[in-house]
Amino acid sequence: MDGKRISLPLTDEVIDTLRVGDKVLLSGEMTVARDAAHKRIYEAILSGEEPPVDLKGAVIYYMGPSPAREDRPIGSAGPTTSGRMDKYTPTFLSLGVRATVGKGARSAEVTEAIVKNHAVYFAAVGGCGALLSKCITSSRVICYPDLGAEAVLRITVEDFPVIVAVDCTGSSIY
Amino acid sequence: MREVSVKTLTEEIATAVMWINFNLEPDTASAFCRIALAERDPVAREVMEQLAKNLEVASKEQIPICQDTGMAVVFLEVGQDVHFTDGDLYTAVNEGVRKGYVEGFLRKSVVSDPFDRVNTGDNTPAVIHTDIVPGDKVKVTVSAKGFGSENKSRLFMLNPADGEEGVRAAVLQTVREAGASACPPMTLGVGIGGNFEKCALMAKHALLREKGESAANERDARLERELLDEINKTGIGPAGLGGDTTALAVNVETCPTHIAGLPVAVNVCCHVNRHKTIII
Ligand code: SF4
Repeated sequence: MDGKRISLPLTDEVIDTLRVGDKVLLSGEMTVARDAAHKRIYEAILSGEEPPVDLKGAVIYYMGPSPAREDRPIGSAGPTTSGRMDKYTPTFLSLGVRATVGKGARSAEVTEAIVKNHAVYFAAVGGCGALLSKCITSSRVICYPDLGAEAVLRITVEDFPVIVAVDCTGSSIY
Repeated sequence: MREVSVKTLTEEIATAVMWINFNLEPDTASAFCRIALAERDPVAREVMEQLAKNLEVASKEQIPICQDTGMAVVFLEVGQDVHFTDGDLYTAVNEGVRKGYVEGFLRKSVVSDPFDRVNTGDNTPAVIHTDIVPGDKVKVTVSAKGFGSENKSRLFMLNPADGEEGVRAAVLQTVREAGASACPPMTLGVGIGGNFEKCALMAKHALLREKGESAANERDARLERELLDEINKTGIGPAGLGGDTTALAVNVETCPTHIAGLPVAVNVCCHVNRHKTIII
């Protein structure tokens, strides 16, 4: 895909330029977390603990990969449904998460929190996991290895194709 | 009486679960390219091109088409003149699923209990449906159903007075609520009639139809065409990002029902509609 090339972490200036529908190629580091990891991180925050994952400046990708073959950093790696994370997202955004990546619409609360925290929500194409895995150059488990496919990962991406789905003004593609 | 070793089923099912996770039916990639060319919206074109490329990468490099390699659903049509040997049939089916998911580097997405949610580690158990039919063959259809779309499936117990209009409204409502989460372009399996569980099973079974096939009777085939047309007018589009292609097919199955009811089930499947049939 063609599109605006952006390196992570995201700055305020870059977030300002992103508008709904823009095609973007992301390069840099992302944190991978989905349902079970969100629940645990959220519960840690609620009980007053330091979150076990650094949320400040993070880009969170909602994904649970298939196992990697020996010669690959990761298996198939497409987005999962973001709406299931809506319950946790406003809190995560208030703690410094700059962007989330997934598929599907977000709740009104999440959209509001995106505007309030000057963040952005990107959509990746669902069911495109083989192709997207080719944009991931490294991957390691950073937290909750017992969760298997739902463990928290730090991945490095290169020209990872996404579309701006909710921009910092709150307008949404859905 | 024909003897069939359940070990044959284990091997065939293991091969099939791997195959369906790396390959869709032949020509799907070129069909996606044709859709891309026909889309008026540039984002929709881009999405369809990505989906076509994704299929090529998946099959060439044996990377699952989608990371959600699904929950295995196995339909068995067992000829009544078959005698199974070498062990228990369902254990053999699950052994095939286990072997395929482990050896194929497929994701293990099954938890042992809806509340405790401990992963079983090998994607078993499969959901198994068995029919006894005349003859001495075993027809095995293996599918891998992703849950982004499964979660968006719906069942409606309509009143007879709701008629075809009610069914259309139910299907359209399901599609609208599914949106991007079901990874469009979707295939819709629609079961109409029967009772509560029968219509759900027909809806699932309808998803297994081969590409391009329509319902056997003309009324159902017309309903399929008209529903597809209406669904593609919703503008949800590929990946739910807008466009002309929201569904690839609507497959309707109907059967007798009760004087007081009109059950309708809509099983939503994403663009990764994985299934394969083997006859033993
Ligand atoms: S709905 Fe289908 S394509 Fe989408 S993530 Fe699930 S299995 Fe993959």
